[in-house]
Amino acid sequence: MSLTPPKSDWYKPAEGAEKLWIGIALVWCFVMSLMMPYWHFKGKQNSQGEAYAVTAQAFQERTDQFVEDNQVGEYNGVPLVAPAPGSDVYLVAQMWSWYPVLQLQQGETYRLHVSSVDLQHGFSLQPMNMNFQIMPGYDHVLTITPTTTGEFTIVCNEFCGIGHDRMIGKIFVE
Amino acid sequence: MSSSSTSSAGLTGSDSESRSCHTTGLNVCLTAQRFIKLNAVAAVVFLLLGGVAAILLALTRWQAIHLLPVDWFYRILTFHGLNMLIFWILFFEVAILYFASTTPLNSKLFSRKVAWVSFGMMLVGAIMVNVVILQGKADVMLTSYLPLLAHPAFYLGIILVAVGTLVAVFNFFATLYIAKRDKTYEGSVPLVTFGATAAAIIAVVTLLHGAIVMIPTFTYSLGWTAEPDPMWYRMIWWGLGHQSQQVNVTAMVAVWYLIGHLATGARPVNETVCRGAFVLYILFINLASAHHLLVDPGVGSAWKIWNTSYAMYLAVLASMIHAFTVPASVEVAMREKGHNKGIFGWVTALPWRNPALSAVVLSLLIFGFVGGITGVTLGTQQINIIAHNTLRIPGHFHATVVGGTTLAFMGLAYYVIPLMFKRNFIGRKWAMIQPWLFGGGILLVSIGKSFAGSMGVARRTWDIEPAGIYGSAAHMFLGVMGIGAIIAVASLFIFVGLCVGTILFGKRIKEGEAMADWGTAQPVGDAKEGSLEHDHWSMKGTIVLTAVFLLCFAVYYFANWKALADVWPVR
Repeated sequence: MSLTPPKSDWYKPAEGAEKLWIGIALVWCFVMSLMMPYWHFKGKQNSQGEAYAVTAQAFQERTDQFVEDNQVGEYNGVPLVAPAPGSDVYLVAQMWSWYPVLQLQQGETYRLHVSSVDLQHGFSLQPMNMNFQIMPGYDHVLTITPTTTGEFTIVCNEFCGIGHDRMIGKIFVE
Repeated sequence: MSSSSTSSAGLTGSDSESRSCHTTGLNVCLTAQRFIKLNAVAAVVFLLLGGVAAILLALTRWQAIHLLPVDWFYRILTFHGLNMLIFWILFFEVAILYFASTTPLNSKLFSRKVAWVSFGMMLVGAIMVNVVILQGKADVMLTSYLPLLAHPAFYLGIILVAVGTLVAVFNFFATLYIAKRDKTYEGSVPLVTFGATAAAIIAVVTLLHGAIVMIPTFTYSLGWTAEPDPMWYRMIWWGLGHQSQQVNVTAMVAVWYLIGHLATGARPVNETVCRGAFVLYILFINLASAHHLLVDPGVGSAWKIWNTSYAMYLAVLASMIHAFTVPASVEVAMREKGHNKGIFGWVTALPWRNPALSAVVLSLLIFGFVGGITGVTLGTQQINIIAHNTLRIPGHFHATVVGGTTLAFMGLAYYVIPLMFKRNFIGRKWAMIQPWLFGGGILLVSIGKSFAGSMGVARRTWDIEPAGIYGSAAHMFLGVMGIGAIIAVASLFIFVGLCVGTILFGKRIKEGEAMADWGTAQPVGDAKEGSLEHDHWSMKGTIVLTAVFLLCFAVYYFANWKALADVWPVR
């Protein structure tokens, strides 16, 4: 019993159904372990954590330059920016907005740099439900390829203070 | 149960007062008993505070009600996390450690003074944290991610709780040492003590992470040192945050074995297998902080893949082994008692009127089928992209920590209170339904959160309307969560009411009397204990149960890979 010391000869290998289950469970664990490297090479959705150290000021400057070079309009008072396919795209997370609004092309690949100039934020792209952590001091590079068109909403999903729920951004794909 | 107040033969030391328990026949060290009582009562008080917070939060996130104003929502969310995940569980685990190192080993507790120091530090720390939060000086969530900054007293309180717990863990190991030295038991320690030891070892590693991350954060909050790097903070903090949950898992599994034994006389089918699984926890569980960094910048694919799988999912293997051995031990015990009809005849013959048993059965099922399967899947490196920081995450851990650990600890309380306070439970009919209400309620909470999270609803957010993108289905699942929370918290209040009522007004258990039986499995026919010891295929119901479990696991796991394949390519 589990409340008293076991018999002195308790050490014995697993047998029967118990042994079979341990074997099956171990195989399942190997399958799950191998799925991740498999997807890393063959799958299209990976979070490789590509990142570069950056100060808030430097990242804001790069973003401002990016907006100046590529702005095509405005959306609710925020610059609407249409970068060239394959180019570097910048997105600033701050309390409590995403800057600027992006206009991307379907099937093209972009290097999306996202960083925060204050607290930690969460980049949650809806309705795709793709989520990434955004950190101050880290230029997080997401190499993305929009495959569907329409209006996409960026929700902040890391708590960042009282206005957290109103931190909403937009990406348009055409 | 009665107090003989003399130094019984088995206990060591000249001043070791003890009594013999007339329910279990075991010796109970009176010093240990006092601290088991103190820690258990403190734990239940924090559970109550966390429960009040829980209902306020659920009724806020249920958008149709949207109860709390924004500042109080985040304040109460911080309060809920700390009281439930840290204070309730740590205090109860200290009670379990004091029990597991004394009574099963027939030993006295190493030191009363050390136990006082531990309890004092933990209590002062916990009160400090709660006061600072309610004053509005620490609206930083449980995780307090830098650069968010709380009042220094918040960090100091957490440090006090962590160090106080470490002191209790020291008392536990010292007790193991003197029991061994004084030969209070023969051979190997009992399985429950072994499991508690595994939990204590993991707790040391966990709490050291806590000290490493909290001390520089505390000095930073005072302006003495520079700000720690926020990524470094995340990695080390989760060495505390996630591993502490593995302490809970380990303690919970020990409770499963304990209640299985108390209610049905179950003994491990194979001690080596059960103990080996606990060792796997110790060896592999400490990589778990990676689960929270899977979509973070600055840590690469190889690091994420290796760590998230705890090497090669060997800690998951340990849980899957317990998922077999715990029901198998109960099934074999029931079959040996003559309950042999068909595959599941032994299940219907279980003593279901025993609330501890139903709590543990539900705990095992909810932990395994909901918490475990979702946890491994969401913690898969790439799948985390479609789960991180959505309500799917709290959907997962309310099934593990609440439906699993908390429910198992509630089940244990149905034995701890009569055995330690020597009073029989009041309201025994209420006790019978309490685990079912709690398990059912938390299951709805978990399902509601998980589905809303699959629809992109974020965790830790006061209002989802400003995003303007969530439809009626997401709102419906938030409603499911709200209704589940009402049921679960009502059940929690029943539980606390029964515990407090029993401690104050329960009928005293007289000298030489056993506690009133909750219901134990009785033998029928020509039952013989040990008759199935050499039949290694007798646990047919468990074989079916685990086969169904594996099937559910595989379906959910691969369905999530499919869902991931449908989103935009990213690398």
